[in-house]
Amino acid sequence: MLAAGTLAPDFELNCTPDQKLKLSELQGKKVILAFYPADWSPVCSDELALYNETMKIFSRHNAQLVGISVDSKWCHLAFSHDRKFHFPLLADFEPKGAISKLYEVYDEKEGESQRALYVLDEKGIIRWNYLSPMGVNPGADGILNALEDLDKSK
Amino acid sequence: MSQLKPPVNSKDHIQGKATAPLELVEYGDYQCLHCGHAYPIIKNVQRSLGADLKFVFRNFPLAEAHPDAFNAAVAAETAGLQHKFWEMHDIIFENQEALDSESLFLYARSIGLDLERFKNDIQKNTVTEKVEIDFESGVRSGVNGTPSFFINGKKYNGDWEEDVFIQYLKSQLTVI
Repeated sequence: MLAAGTLAPDFELNCTPDQKLKLSELQGKKVILAFYPADWSPVCSDELALYNETMKIFSRHNAQLVGISVDSKWCHLAFSHDRKFHFPLLADFEPKGAISKLYEVYDEKEGESQRALYVLDEKGIIRWNYLSPMGVNPGADGILNALEDLDKSK
Repeated sequence: MSQLKPPVNSKDHIQGKATAPLELVEYGDYQCLHCGHAYPIIKNVQRSLGADLKFVFRNFPLAEAHPDAFNAAVAAETAGLQHKFWEMHDIIFENQEALDSESLFLYARSIGLDLERFKNDIQKNTVTEKVEIDFESGVRSGVNGTPSFFINGKKYNGDWEEDVFIQYLKSQLTVI
């Protein structure tokens, strides 16, 4: 994974079928990048459902969460609609997994993103990272601790 | 290993003796089917461990996925103000398929709550805050889904089907 202290590489991906989101547009906010293997799969669904509920805690820390997987923008749209997610899902679809590779969290064998988290500060510097075993939902405690440490260090 | 934060305290709903050597905490969602499945298992675990176990229930409603879960949690907390938290907790899990407001009031009536007081109390911020505080404590403790269990403060990631769970808890008794 990219180390804490490095500037998060900028990227632009579709967040809806007709809109793109550029990472640098989120500067001024802390950003949580949640890479995950696949829409609809059980563990990813539980992980994202949890983050959907913890959004209000994240926003107290001025943090925005985005999910990233290799699924297409149309798949993301259906998944997000079905689960009532309140955060964007980015499609790392073409070229497949390019951003996951850039962030060193791509599983070449499965052709999916790994289950990995990055927390960036308001300037886009990586402050915390975590790679979770594929089958384990990492919860939100690590993210929350990272956000609190950032606020404390100000 | 994830640690329960904060530890069990006077704000918790506790069944069993304070001095029991084993402390089992569940973070649960009244509309979650897995929690419904866990409900009779926990009853049998309590029966089997007897005085060696105390059991604590904290709320972890996934409100977006389960639209009635938050209200059900609030209803149980409100019953708690009339010292009938566990009666409400039980009747809700036993009727998990119907958790709309009308059903919740029906359950409140059938466990013998003062309904006027229940109607009044359920509007109070203190009961919704209790549910929110439980939820946040769960997030901090590393709860990643429901039900999540903590045994003597440590997150238990093992199997909680009845036989295995009872066996594990009994094995912890000898460790202590």
